[in-house]
Amino acid sequence: MVPLSYYLLLSGILFVCGVLGFLIKRNIITIFMSIELMLNGVNLSFVAFAAHWHALSGQVFVFFVMVVAAAEAAVGLAIIIAVYRTRETLNVDQVNLLKL
Amino acid sequence: MAGAVNLLVQSHPINSALSLIAVMASLAAEYLLLGAEFVAAVQVIVYAGAIMVLFVITIMLLNAGKEERTKGSRVATLLGIPGVLIGAVLVAWTLLNRSNMQTVPIGALKGDPSDIARLLFRDFLLPFEVTSVLILIAIMGAVVLASRPEPVARGPRKDA
Repeated sequence: MVPLSYYLLLSGILFVCGVLGFLIKRNIITIFMSIELMLNGVNLSFVAFAAHWHALSGQVFVFFVMVVAAAEAAVGLAIIIAVYRTRETLNVDQVNLLKL
Repeated sequence: MAGAVNLLVQSHPINSALSLIAVMASLAAEYLLLGAEFVAAVQVIVYAGAIMVLFVITIMLLNAGKEERTKGSRVATLLGIPGVLIGAVLVAWTLLNRSNMQTVPIGALKGDPSDIARLLFRDFLLPFEVTSVLILIAIMGAVVLASRPEPVARGPRKDA
């Protein structure tokens, strides 16, 4: 028997790690991985709540989140490749074409 | 999970990717403990399999090296860490105070693939189909984005 709040705490820690990585990291691929980490943290809380309320809908929703994450990863990495081809860099500070 | 922290500490992206794989694997074990076998299997296949292979291939394709510290990254660090820490403390405080510490029995959930399939294909049929269309669009978008821009002249020119 594990308290529900432990799962939620772990999920929160994962999410906060993702937010921190998103803010701190300058490498665009690592930023992308931080987003995946955030999605994983949310998934964990979904499954924990599904187990708590004995509802399978939470697991179905985790499935949908994973599908969307896969689509997002495919498109995002394609964008990264396109950016690297034109800018020759992976540092987000140097991708500043839209700045004034 | 130490893997998540390791993801932040490592400066080389390939090390971050490996620690992210560790996080995925331990999360799959966590789902198994919760009794959600289907979700655990999908986690291993989709995340640790497909998405991480995409990441690693991109890292190797782009020959990503160590990231360098810049002025913007220092500003983001100075502003980001206190804000995130405040948020984390708030969330933890709320969780530990407000929750009545209900317990989740290990393996309590009937995570049978057959039950999930019944739910997925009967009650959630429309979202399921919509995600398939989304995946299709994403694949086409990825191919279009990652393909090299075509040379302008293709085939015999009219004016030449």
